[in-house]
Amino acid sequence: MSVNADQVRHVAKLARIAMSDAEVEAMVPELNNILGWVEQLGEVDTDGVEPLTAVIENHLRLRDDVVNDGNIRSDILKNAPDAQHGFFAVPKVIE
Amino acid sequence: MSLNLKTIAELRDGFRAGDFSAREVAESFNAAVAAGRALNAYTVETPEAALAAADAADAARQAGDLRPLSGIPLGIKDLFATEGVDSTSGSNILKGFKPPYESTVSGKLKAAGAGMLGKLNMDEFAMGSSNETSAYGPVISPWKRNDGGNAALTPGGSSGGSAAAVAAGLAPGVTGTDTGGSIRQPAAFTGISGIKPTYGRCSRWGIVAFASSLDQAGPMARTVRDCAILLENMCGFDPKDATSLDLPVPQWEAGLSSDLKGKKVGIPVEYRIDGVPEEIDALWDKGVEWLREAGAEPVKISLPHTKYALPTYYIIAPAEASSNLARYDGVRYGLREAPEGGNLDAMYAATRAEGFGAEVKRRIMIGTYVLSAGFYDAYFTKAQKVRTLIKRDFAQAFNDCDFILTPTAPSAAFGLNEKMSDPLAMYLNDVFAVPASLAGLPAMSVPGGLDSQGLPLGLHLIGRELDEQGVLNAGLAIEERAGFTARAEKWW
Repeated sequence: MSVNADQVRHVAKLARIAMSDAEVEAMVPELNNILGWVEQLGEVDTDGVEPLTAVIENHLRLRDDVVNDGNIRSDILKNAPDAQHGFFAVPKVIE
Repeated sequence: MSLNLKTIAELRDGFRAGDFSAREVAESFNAAVAAGRALNAYTVETPEAALAAADAADAARQAGDLRPLSGIPLGIKDLFATEGVDSTSGSNILKGFKPPYESTVSGKLKAAGAGMLGKLNMDEFAMGSSNETSAYGPVISPWKRNDGGNAALTPGGSSGGSAAAVAAGLAPGVTGTDTGGSIRQPAAFTGISGIKPTYGRCSRWGIVAFASSLDQAGPMARTVRDCAILLENMCGFDPKDATSLDLPVPQWEAGLSSDLKGKKVGIPVEYRIDGVPEEIDALWDKGVEWLREAGAEPVKISLPHTKYALPTYYIIAPAEASSNLARYDGVRYGLREAPEGGNLDAMYAATRAEGFGAEVKRRIMIGTYVLSAGFYDAYFTKAQKVRTLIKRDFAQAFNDCDFILTPTAPSAAFGLNEKMSDPLAMYLNDVFAVPASLAGLPAMSVPGGLDSQGLPLGLHLIGRELDEQGVLNAGLAIEERAGFTARAEKWW
């Protein structure tokens, strides 16, 4: 499988990365190089093989359903590019 | 010997014996860090933090209240969140981010008495094998070729600042992280030791996530003993990381023994690959001899899916990265680019276009593609199946041996800019390191010798899961026989 410029534009949109036409054109052969190379996995017989989900066996833990933090609003907002009235501020979403 | 050239064990024992104060140690390293800026190893220097911890250590010695790392200053890789100190993972998108919290691993080291010299340069989001993708510019290796030229070499990556700092005496030990070789390859390139423990030994909480099923923290230092000392103080159960292993932390330093009688060392036939310099295969053979002298019996083993490890990794790691890096949206921290009159989506896209470097974008694009509708099974599920087979290869091999010896990297350090234009050539650096990452196994690089250019080469040990002791002991056996004492000649 290989990608063309339109597909790269679509993936860039999914990934929320703005790209100029020139950047898209440059990305096409780069991605195809890598995709062509990983395609060799097609040689491996994986019939009946389960995909790996946990690399080291572990059990899922549950913790007690209690509030264990809070009251740290100023800490949470401290690194925000734009914090207003105790909230993260973003460009207007609803007209 | 100048204090900044001593090992952690020497500093600890000398400090305890009263040969010098912790403040003298911190001052010696602070001066070395300031004098070593040409290496670009540190992104932030925190000399006051090092001195404060040193003064606390001196007071603790007075009071008879010493902790395991009292008097030891360390460098911390930039992707560990350190409270109030810039933690940017080598990326413009996190510029200025000062976490209001401390990562579990760096917090454990500080609680054990260690001081912090500063934050260490790295490939952006740990994506790279040469430290050239850093937003702060590349780290320059302290090592030079002996050809009379002056070419600037890479210290390896992604933990390039960590490796260069230890090799140049700008820290006695450091934290690194290893997703597909990021501790072991730079350790090999700079003539130091580094170990990646079993996945789950070190908490990932507060470490900037790259590929969560692969990321593990570990120490880098001059000797195997120093790695054992640091590792003991980095590992341990953490309820804040769902994959943290709830197991006691062994006393690895006390357990060190280079007597390998009764042990079998596996030599995987598939790791002899075309295009690897003869010197590297020759060092590998020498490593086998050293382990035989230490009492181990070499056995040939087969890891049949070795050649598929790298392509598997370059599906799984970018897939996980594309998901993990979705959080950098210009809303909660870091950079924001908001085009005039643009909407929220435009802000996301502009922020990420501006904040991420080329390699990070490439991997997010690959990861997004292999996870997208219609391609998920063909790429991602397929890779996870091959990963199962790679893990099974190791499980079968460990029926016949106790640990595995290979070279760490397929070449010595290369020059800056030599491989940046060819991503696949860069990825090949980790051909020997990636399989152990995919299988979650403990693995270590120790220096084996110098090549004909005068550059360090590493030997790589892979152990059974949770058998860090076996890896460290085999590493010690090699260290004792390799007699590697070479240091980069100071030019900085």
